[in-house]
Amino acid sequence: MSAAAFDVAVVGAGDVGAAIARELSRFELRVVLIDKGDVGAGTSKANTAILHSGFDCKPGTLEARLVARGHDLLLGYAAEVGIPVEETGALMVAWNEAELARIEEIQASAFACGYKDARPIGIDELYRREPALAAGALGALEIPDEFIVCPWTPPLAYATQAVLAGCTLLRGVEVVGLAGAGAGEATGWRVALSDGSELTAGWMVNAAGLYSDVVHRLVGRDGFAVTPRRGELIVFDKLARPLVNHILLPIPTGKTKGVLIAPTVFGNVMLGPTADDLNDKTATGSTVDGLARLRTLGLRLMPRLLEHEVTAVYAGLRAATEHPDYVLEVDGEARYVCAGGIRSTGLTSGMAIAEWVRDGLADAGLALLEREEALPEITMPNIGEAIPRPYMRPEVVALDPMYGEVVCFCERVTRGEIRDALAGVIPPADAGGLRRRTRALAGRCQGFFCGARVAELLEDGLTPLVVDSRSDALGEGSVS
Amino acid sequence: VSERWEQVAQTQLTKPEESADVAIIGAGPAGLTAAARLHKLAPGSKVIVIEREGQAGGIPRHAFHQGYGLRDLHTSLPGPAYARRLVESAVAADADLRLRTQVTGWSDDGALEMTSPAGVSHLYARAVILASGCRERPRSARMVSGSRPAGVMTTGTLQQLVYLHGKTPGTRAVVVGAEHVAFSAVSTLAHGGATTVAITTELPRHQSYAAFRWGAAARYTTISGAVPKPLALLTRTAVIEIHGGERVSAVTVLDLNSGASRVIECDTVVFTGDWIPDHELAVSAGLGLDAGTRGPRVDGALRTARAGLFAAGNVLHGAETGDVAALSGRHVAGAVADFLGGERWPRSLVPIECAPPLHWVVPNAVEARLAASAQASDDRPAAPPRDRYLLRAHEELIDVRIAISQDGRALGSARLARVMPGRSAALDTTWATAVDPGGGPVVIRVTRARRR
Repeated sequence: MSAAAFDVAVVGAGDVGAAIARELSRFELRVVLIDKGDVGAGTSKANTAILHSGFDCKPGTLEARLVARGHDLLLGYAAEVGIPVEETGALMVAWNEAELARIEEIQASAFACGYKDARPIGIDELYRREPALAAGALGALEIPDEFIVCPWTPPLAYATQAVLAGCTLLRGVEVVGLAGAGAGEATGWRVALSDGSELTAGWMVNAAGLYSDVVHRLVGRDGFAVTPRRGELIVFDKLARPLVNHILLPIPTGKTKGVLIAPTVFGNVMLGPTADDLNDKTATGSTVDGLARLRTLGLRLMPRLLEHEVTAVYAGLRAATEHPDYVLEVDGEARYVCAGGIRSTGLTSGMAIAEWVRDGLADAGLALLEREEALPEITMPNIGEAIPRPYMRPEVVALDPMYGEVVCFCERVTRGEIRDALAGVIPPADAGGLRRRTRALAGRCQGFFCGARVAELLEDGLTPLVVDSRSDALGEGSVS
Repeated sequence: VSERWEQVAQTQLTKPEESADVAIIGAGPAGLTAAARLHKLAPGSKVIVIEREGQAGGIPRHAFHQGYGLRDLHTSLPGPAYARRLVESAVAADADLRLRTQVTGWSDDGALEMTSPAGVSHLYARAVILASGCRERPRSARMVSGSRPAGVMTTGTLQQLVYLHGKTPGTRAVVVGAEHVAFSAVSTLAHGGATTVAITTELPRHQSYAAFRWGAAARYTTISGAVPKPLALLTRTAVIEIHGGERVSAVTVLDLNSGASRVIECDTVVFTGDWIPDHELAVSAGLGLDAGTRGPRVDGALRTARAGLFAAGNVLHGAETGDVAALSGRHVAGAVADFLGGERWPRSLVPIECAPPLHWVVPNAVEARLAASAQASDDRPAAPPRDRYLLRAHEELIDVRIAISQDGRALGSARLARVMPGRSAALDTTWATAVDPGGGPVVIRVTRARRR
């Protein structure tokens, strides 16, 4: 059996990998995007959902540059394809004299990163803009360009566009072995997959997130190790949303950016994340201790927030490494690109990393011939609160009554939206996948009312992640 | 799909408007009973009942145990039969029942914003009865840590899975909570082929009088034919962590007395009770919530602080049984009929508050009339449903003496055999006539009691 041949294999369909696959799909290249699960279902799915300005990056790092660039790219892309964004701005709040004294330094550091619009504000303005904040704050730094963004739609949008442009998407398979595939024309990689199949690729792009160090070692390299840093988050009921107008940041400590309070594009308020270094890359559970710490801190920052019901608790793992910066490298000789060690800023910087990888590949000699056709235009389903959702739109319901049949009452997800997701270019494979595409089951009742009904709709319309025969799935623009 | 969206982006439809005398939000026992009663008390009035589910009847639709209808229909029925009976009565009373219709909010001029397959519309009603019921707090709201595997659910989901969708919930279940509904969950689990290995409650005792009956029912209705062990009721026990990858594998429980923890293997965890009113529309109507009930504040006539807006049934408090909700609906119908007939809305409400260890009281307000009247007999505050105030406590107490006061002035006292969580005690209404309508909050407190 001859293995399917690709020019580029991208491992990891998260914010970074999916963006790279999309970027490369502009060119006359056979691209395959591989993930052991669903698109955006690894570490990308559980972050703080902030579109960073880059003001608090370490000046001079690649991360600082790519976050700043990624902010503009994603903002533009969000408007183009319908990714929910709210331009809330952030307030970094000082609670004591020592913190207040650091504001100037943080502003200067932002300046060094190229971000010039941060400005200190006084107590009066702070409390006028955030009346629910606990008493005792001494001032704040305003960062107008920190926005909130949907964490789930971006990787799905990238991957959808890539697939429509001809990229092959393999879901539910893991890369288990990599070997050099010879010399000359045939230089490249033989990629062994967990389902027993194999493919060849001229170039390997490692965007495997938490597992980027594992893939790096499969390639035969050393140099970094991912130490998962767990961040636990509490998501409060939508009724708490009026309490918070901006992203409320703490003055960072040396180690972490600290615990923030932020609205979400779904209309909730989140409190978190904690930051605990772990050894276990599967430890995405929340902990008694972590939740207790968050509650204590939340009470200190905004007591009224804690009076509200909790809608969800989750934990995400950041792909932290021993390096302060991203691990980004292109090895032209080995035909290997590493885009690893990317922490929570990857949501913002994904598209900029993709540009960087594109340019790196071109410099290393990969021929990038632009396709005649531009990337296909797409419109992602709107799952944010800032613009009207289907259930609110009489013209939409009139056109198709299924958009008037609310199935998930708390999140107002209609049967039409669930149907569309199940019939989409990249359909969900489980309830979590459906939630990331539609918000079904993400609300305050967590299924009390609609859990059984959603399960039924899902079962009726589900496409399994791993199809029995992969041969069909290896054609152009296919998804498995 | 995207083509279709482009197409609709070009058009702008206005939202059709309609009007009614009464809009009832929620077709459960309270809403349906109110609709049926209004037909008698306000004949000829146009009553629309709005239900977001595809079937009317509320929670009893999927609660198959007996005991529904005792207080309102004076018979004992399984939930679905009870729900059918209430639906039939409402329909026979000419109520306009709108299924698959969700009220999503209020327009600036006071209309209900509704979405259904028939369209997005506005409904103007002279009176609105909020009868949206309550739900169980899910695992996340209880902040139980651990992984997020499949197999964790509330009783609501469990009942629908088993009874409405014919699914198997799992094989070994831990049931969290020991109110009535926990024993209903045990029975449902048994019906679905699952064995309950433990029931846990953080309190020293269960809160159901039907415990043994449901326990027994569970033991004899396991379809698998296996002989289940007697139920382990673990009191003073908290489930603190959930384990499992794809599916639940175990829970860690903490003995609150000894501080010892242990792991119980299971593939299903059912979070029961710990009810919270579905209060979103009360909040979006601008009503504050009672800190105890987490529901809107109402007076004896079930009137809220917003003119024309009533609330009845379990949206007022954690779950009472279906028949009690139905009687609340019957009661509110009288008040709505009076309002349609021209009775004035209370100027304001004097809140009734509970001091710990009391948890909540409902009704939780007394109407503030224009002036304290000398003719008290003609000007009594509206009597509550079933002529009683429902009282719950955070812990079980017996031989309880209650004092009711306002601004330090004694309004009355009462002796109650027992107050507890999960089950209401009845407080009489004699003291209510002494409330000063211009005064501060009424406070109900325990002056003496014994721990059981």
